[in-house]
Amino acid sequence: MRKNDLRARAHASWLAFAVHRISGLLLLAFLPVHFWTLGLALRGEAALDGALRWYEAPVFKFGEWALVLCLAVHLAGGLRLLWIEFAPWRGLRRGWIAAGTAASLAVSLLFVANMLG
Amino acid sequence: MSAARAARRWYWQRVSAMAMALFVLAHLLVITLAVRGGLSAAEILGRTRGSLAWMAFYGIFVALVAVHAAIGLRNVLDECAPVRKAAGPLGLVAGVLLLALGWRAVAAVTFGS
Repeated sequence: MRKNDLRARAHASWLAFAVHRISGLLLLAFLPVHFWTLGLALRGEAALDGALRWYEAPVFKFGEWALVLCLAVHLAGGLRLLWIEFAPWRGLRRGWIAAGTAASLAVSLLFVANMLG
Repeated sequence: MSAARAARRWYWQRVSAMAMALFVLAHLLVITLAVRGGLSAAEILGRTRGSLAWMAFYGIFVALVAVHAAIGLRNVLDECAPVRKAAGPLGLVAGVLLLALGWRAVAAVTFGS
């Protein structure tokens, strides 16, 4: 990797791009599992409940927090991109990266507080 | 021709994103409220079963996700030289799969017994 590449990747906007891409791919990987679980309701309430009990293990709780964070940061990152592309040009809106990250973390922690509370 | 198609994909990626922003906000609100006191099938199905409003909400949400994720996956794969040629077909497969599984899930929570 050239020195310039490293410098470009130390930029907040590159990190925002990486987070947007990784969160998008993780959400895409999760959705089939999400849909399959809800599809269990075709076999009745008990079948869906069985899967939900299974998801009560701590590792899934952690996964749920991670997924909510992914969804929130993908939303925040997407709004920033739309703003950059459609609003009058005023740079890369790096303030939005910090604000979006903070808001996403707050939403995900509120979810965790409700989940554990 | 392919440039025009790329422009159309860009357009639909943005349109689906704009529409989905509202759906994702609503979804975050619903799951944050629903998770209080633990999730149960009775609670989820009690809200969705027989509800045409929730069916429409989730049905449209799934369709938007399928379009958005199909184009997004295609864009990611398109930047990865070894799989570039397969980017289009793989994106399409992902989109169709999400649409089918998603609408099946919507049917399950709306009409499931």
